[in-house]
Amino acid sequence: MGLKIVVLAKQVPDTRNVGKDAMKEDGTVNRAALPAIYNPEDLNALEQALRLKDLIPGTTVNVLTMGPARAAEIVRESMYRGADGGAILSGREFAGADTLATSYAISCAIKKFGDVDMIVCGRQAIDGDTAQVGPQVAEKLSLPQLTYVEEIVKLDEGAKKVVVKRRVEKGVEVLECPFPVVITVNGSAAPCRSREAKRVMRFKRAAVPSELAAMPSAYPEVYQKDSALKIGEWSVSDIDTDINSLGLKGSPTKVKSIQAVSFQAKESKRMTDSDEDIDTLMKELIADNILG
Amino acid sequence: MNNIIVYLEIEEGIVADVSLELLTKGRKLANQLGVDLDAVAIGDGLETIKEQVMPYGVDTLYVAQDKRLKYYTSLPHTAILVGLFKEQQPQIALMGATSTGRDLGPRVSSCLHSGLTADCTSLEIGNFTDAKTQKEYKDLLYQIRPAFGGNIVATIVNPDHRPQMATVREGVMKKEVAEKPGKGNVLQVDVNKYVTDADFVVSVISREMQKSKNNLKSSPIVVAGGYGVGGKENFALLEQLAKEIHGEVGASRAAVDAGWVDHDRQIGQTGVTVRPKLYIACGISGQIQHLAGMQESGIVISVNTDPDAPINAVADYVITGSVESVVPKLIKYFKKNSK
Repeated sequence: MGLKIVVLAKQVPDTRNVGKDAMKEDGTVNRAALPAIYNPEDLNALEQALRLKDLIPGTTVNVLTMGPARAAEIVRESMYRGADGGAILSGREFAGADTLATSYAISCAIKKFGDVDMIVCGRQAIDGDTAQVGPQVAEKLSLPQLTYVEEIVKLDEGAKKVVVKRRVEKGVEVLECPFPVVITVNGSAAPCRSREAKRVMRFKRAAVPSELAAMPSAYPEVYQKDSALKIGEWSVSDIDTDINSLGLKGSPTKVKSIQAVSFQAKESKRMTDSDEDIDTLMKELIADNILG
Repeated sequence: MNNIIVYLEIEEGIVADVSLELLTKGRKLANQLGVDLDAVAIGDGLETIKEQVMPYGVDTLYVAQDKRLKYYTSLPHTAILVGLFKEQQPQIALMGATSTGRDLGPRVSSCLHSGLTADCTSLEIGNFTDAKTQKEYKDLLYQIRPAFGGNIVATIVNPDHRPQMATVREGVMKKEVAEKPGKGNVLQVDVNKYVTDADFVVSVISREMQKSKNNLKSSPIVVAGGYGVGGKENFALLEQLAKEIHGEVGASRAAVDAGWVDHDRQIGQTGVTVRPKLYIACGISGQIQHLAGMQESGIVISVNTDPDAPINAVADYVITGSVESVVPKLIKYFKKNSK
């Protein structure tokens, strides 16, 4: 039979390698200066899903992402690594959403995939580090959740039960839960497999409809004939949703203000690494009872 | 009604430090707002929770005790909190930004459609005017948190939904016994009123938890190393210095990512927050994420070959030189002068 798995992934600005031009002078983020990447822990999540696909014949892995048309890159990247396909959820109605409005939109979109056995996503995204969307999607779908998962250890398809290893601050838990379930995966989990050359050749022309305009003129014909190349592009009208629960309107939290971080500079004593200087420093620290 | 509630994280009958830190902060906020500070304990073997938390000025402690609640799982804890919050209508709910709080908080907030802000570094009370509607709100909780890898700080508010929920990492707030005791009430919660059998869908097969291996968070002296330390071998120098001056070794994320130091010694926004009397930063450039975890240190010494390293701006003493040359001299002259 196989499982029906949906992986939630996000295209994020690479906040780990923030350069000097990442902030504009007015203290807002210069998104243009940050490369867009596949959220790292979502790749760990994709790997866990692909392992189940390897293990259980007939399993499908679809990737769902929320974002503008360029986020289709996330679905393509997933297909290069083994995913079957996926969809993006786009539209200005979703803009300005906090985690709760985001989770609501995603939970509505997941229903379009039909009866899903497992929803797998990264523990958190590096642009917000909130770790909230996984549990909130689970709650919106009335499913149980397994968070901070390092490994899906065992899956019993007949009994519809999954066993996971959960990595928390002080140790490890092994938990068992029936599915359907939402699983969020830690960065400490196995890294995602690389792209497969054959799959890259096969799926590099996979696209969402709005990307077709930029393709060579003969391409749409190929695209129409080959359903495997079609990445879904869903808007608010494609999902069953309450528009008042989306975007800024559906977000209980509001941003009051944003400030660039600045630290009060201290007046520092400067010294060299000479024996005299360090001897003096140690005498001073001991005299001040800071050391001793 | 309209109180502040703190969710107590409990491991083997002991309340976590992060929860006591939140009670300390919650007490101050409650005084400012003129409301009660309440706490919720969920688990099994909760007999000593009362004596553990009352010194922090708790007015009412809710105790939900049941054998089935021995280990934390998401759904029963969610059900109890959601039930209590619906009845008690707290205006603010706080929990630790731990794997438990970050599992539970979002689920509760989704169920109640109340906003939740993760990993706050500061909580304050203040007013807010909605720019669109010009509606004014008095005494909201300012949930202040870093965003975008620590490059900006955002102040978040929840104008229309209650409770205003926030999580805070361990060590970010200070733990202090309250000046005046609270009312000291204890109320037993009828667990079966909120929790159904279906909530126990997740079973804990095994569990291996260890006590924290180091004393980094509360050490008065921290010797921290960054990428400029240059390698695992040079970290041995830092360990020697730390041993000599009775400190603990910490590290920047770069040094942890390089595999030179264990993850539990990482200082910064995504690691431990420290406020020692003396902080010696060795070969740490001073990314904002790191500074966020040590900016409240007393005296800061920076050892760096780069005289313009960003960390030097927050240092009291700047030694321009390499870790290999400076650290052995620090050891040598400490020994010489301390006798």
